[in-house]
Amino acid sequence: MATFLGINFFALFGQLLIGLINGSFYALLSLGLAIIFGLLRIINFAQGAMYMLGAFVALLGFKYIGMNYWVALLIVPIVVGVIGVLIQRFLIRPIANEDHLYSLLLTFGLALMIQGLFTHWFGSSGQSYPVPDALKGGVRLPFMYLPNYRAWIIVVSVLVCFSTWWMIEKTKLGVYLRAGTENPQLLQAFGINVPLIVTLTFGFGVGLAGFAGVMAAPVYSVSPDMGSNILIIVFAIVVIGGMGSIGGAILTGLGMGVVEGLTKYFYPEASATVIFLVMVIVLLIKPSGLFGKNA
Amino acid sequence: MRSRLAILVLLGLALAAPLVIYPVFLAKVLCFALFACAFNLLLGFAGLLSFGHAVFLGTGGYITGWLMINSGLTPEIAIIAGTVAGGLLGAVFGKLAVKREGIYFAMVTLALAQLVFFLYLQAPFTGGEDGLQGVPRGKAFGLIDLADNQTMYYFVLAIFLAGFWLIHRTVHSPFGQIMKAIRENESRATSLGYDVNQYKWIAFIISAALSALAGSTKTLVFELASLTDVHWHMSGEVILMTLVGGVGTIIGPLVGAGVVVSMQNYLSGGELGNYLHIIMGAVFVVCVLSFRSGIVGQFNKFRRNNF
Amino acid sequence: MQLQKKVLSNLITGIVVATITSTAAAATDGKIKIGVLADMGGTYADLCGPGCVIATRMAIEDFGGKALGKDIELVSADSQLKPDIASSVARKWVENEDVDVIGGLVSSAVTGAVTQVTNNSKNITLITGSASNAFTTSACSPYIAHWTYNVVALANGTVKQMVNEGKNKWFFITADYAFGHALEGVSMKVIEANGGETVGTVRAPLGTTDFSSYVLQAQASGANVVALANAGNDTVNALNAAAEFGLTDYMDIAGLLVFTPNAQAMDPDTAQGMRLTTGFYWDMDDQTRAWSKRFEALHGAIPSMAHAGAYSATMHYLKAVDAVGTDDSDAVMKQMKLTKPDDFFARNATLRADGRMEHDMLLVEIKKAADRKNKNDIYNIVEVIPGNKAYNPMLPSCAF
Repeated sequence: MATFLGINFFALFGQLLIGLINGSFYALLSLGLAIIFGLLRIINFAQGAMYMLGAFVALLGFKYIGMNYWVALLIVPIVVGVIGVLIQRFLIRPIANEDHLYSLLLTFGLALMIQGLFTHWFGSSGQSYPVPDALKGGVRLPFMYLPNYRAWIIVVSVLVCFSTWWMIEKTKLGVYLRAGTENPQLLQAFGINVPLIVTLTFGFGVGLAGFAGVMAAPVYSVSPDMGSNILIIVFAIVVIGGMGSIGGAILTGLGMGVVEGLTKYFYPEASATVIFLVMVIVLLIKPSGLFGKNA
Repeated sequence: MRSRLAILVLLGLALAAPLVIYPVFLAKVLCFALFACAFNLLLGFAGLLSFGHAVFLGTGGYITGWLMINSGLTPEIAIIAGTVAGGLLGAVFGKLAVKREGIYFAMVTLALAQLVFFLYLQAPFTGGEDGLQGVPRGKAFGLIDLADNQTMYYFVLAIFLAGFWLIHRTVHSPFGQIMKAIRENESRATSLGYDVNQYKWIAFIISAALSALAGSTKTLVFELASLTDVHWHMSGEVILMTLVGGVGTIIGPLVGAGVVVSMQNYLSGGELGNYLHIIMGAVFVVCVLSFRSGIVGQFNKFRRNNF
Repeated sequence: MQLQKKVLSNLITGIVVATITSTAAAATDGKIKIGVLADMGGTYADLCGPGCVIATRMAIEDFGGKALGKDIELVSADSQLKPDIASSVARKWVENEDVDVIGGLVSSAVTGAVTQVTNNSKNITLITGSASNAFTTSACSPYIAHWTYNVVALANGTVKQMVNEGKNKWFFITADYAFGHALEGVSMKVIEANGGETVGTVRAPLGTTDFSSYVLQAQASGANVVALANAGNDTVNALNAAAEFGLTDYMDIAGLLVFTPNAQAMDPDTAQGMRLTTGFYWDMDDQTRAWSKRFEALHGAIPSMAHAGAYSATMHYLKAVDAVGTDDSDAVMKQMKLTKPDDFFARNATLRADGRMEHDMLLVEIKKAADRKNKNDIYNIVEVIPGNKAYNPMLPSCAF
């Protein structure tokens, strides 16, 4: 078979591919976290719940009103984003001046509630969401069989991540956002509605998680705890990448997916722990994270 | 005089309680109360929010459970071993975590705890998803048979009181005063010549060891150690207990543990079991939005304003 | 000082009063209370969740609702598939709420934790959903009745058949807890005994949703059969992943434990022709159809073997209680083992001294989509395996 130096490339490429797919989700989620953190200085513990919500809205839309995948890809992030806007406006803003740990706890409570509600409604076992017809099937590459939908995930996530990065780093809107982080009073003095920007940013960050949820629905089964499982890994990724940069969040997310894939091939027993081990090493060498500014 | 009387009454109630209330339930409350008190030592008196404290609870439980099943040790030795193991793990984690502050501290502790969760999931000595089942309670000091639920309860009560006393002493010692100074103003404490990270580290170790003590005891009560105790949900639960009872108060975590465990006990096993996480989440949200000082904190405020 | 004395004397009075009022109620209180502990919303909810409660209630109603002259009480709880939760519910039930017998029980990890409690308290456990053979071997007890099926019967049915057909290189995707380990171990022995070999195994946590990396490991292993030593939605998800990565084109997939709801959830094009072993099929004969129709009307889906087993076990227990006229566990269990269970579920059955309920097992094949008359028409019965051929022999140390 396709082996060289004792390495089975068939299996290795397969695991790398799965790693990249997981990495795409890590990147989308940690990007959302980074954007929210940048402006609000809080960690949104409900980001995983919003990812789950995205998958469920897509699933329910499909089941009850026949909403197809492509429509879901457009509508669901907006729905989830609006929920995020409401959460920020009515729950987070009132405690914006308290210790930021309280907003962390608030979003944690929200995550518990949302996950609990969905478990109550749908049970904790997963439900399947069909792969859209246009992306069914796959290509047999020399080294592996590549399902079309898996390739689609990687391409789209990378596109979305980097256009977000471009928007924030290279456009005028991005300048406002970054200014809002550095010096909100000054920006306010220029006549810009900072609270509105904050709320919309939160909505956007959360909407990214909803988008990731729709992307995930056809490959992972849609279940209430799909978000909480991935969120803690994303936290570790955020610690590894450091909160300083948007680009850092994307690169670390994808990179850690690949690391996970490699581990699955070479030493599968460690695949669940490898990201946390990387985190420990990074903490020892550079506590502020790979891309973080030194505190 | 008045507070001494109050303590006496409370102690009397604690002694008489198992005659009226199911002792296993009471023992569970005490185990979680000790866990919450240990957690509060870190959050309330050092200002550090750990989101991974379940790992110490679970480690204590696994070590004690494994020793009770596989060695002929008496329960108190197994409990001490579990506590020491928790303390050692706390030393390692603390060293890493105190480098970061605030939200980062929370995330680092959470991620470290998750690392250990996956290790325990795969390690043979924990029994994986099955957990350690059929842990014998044994005979305390080789003499007192703990198989009886009431005896077990009094044994737990003794451990709880010892742990509680230790926390009380720590808070009121010079060490505790420095911790408070660091919490109030870290840079001033640094400029006064205190090695802030060293103090945080020590507080972390004490808190971890006492959490492990709670876990060890809990394993004996339920004759079982499982992944639930290491899961991040448990880390969230202990935060909730502390928050509900009152962060930074001595008695708050005890009250909070009582409230949360009663709530779980009432909801689980019935038709309402499904609502448990929804209600817990809602309590979290309400506490954070409008009840940040907790039951005991509110009560103290009320007493100060009215008496 | 005066006040303290008063407090103290009140306290002593309180203790005395409390002691008198709380004299623990004995287990034999002449009232039958059945607890059903099952998975109400998790991976195994469709196999033995609310359905097991319904089946148990049907048995109580068919029995007449009364035993020993009093109404039979039924309580139920969600184990959430967690051993600690199951253990504390079971403990509360038998120690504090006078539950006589605990039924349902899916997931061997949960059942292990519960039987630790019930064996000590001498309460009967009717295991209807779990598969590990430990409950009648290494962890056997005079108070356990293991109904429905176990891993040995599954391996002796499916695995033996496939090895004899020439499928000799096996790769296992195993659920990583007691049940999966037991099923994998027993199956490997059967493979070896029949001249096949195991080329690899991988353990996946209970409730895994993305099996793609495990499937790729299987693909690279060089096996010609991939055995799914898991259950419930795990089996369905693993099968879907295998289909997605084109594995089903050149490897056989063996679902070692498939319940009817899962077989219905599988894509017929992928699953057709798959052979599996089951303790019950609703469409076997008039008797099974009659009961299944009643069950379907209440539950909204056809019964799994665990549902049918829960009914059968409860009925057998209640008949024994009625015969001996007490709820004393020792007497009831003795009677249960003396009389042969005989109903639509238990065919040619006997409850052995070790607590194993031995009965005819079925080797079935999943039908092609074109051959199915309706959504419930999923199996062809290939062979009836007699109980003594299917199950493990009794250990002398477990002959209670």
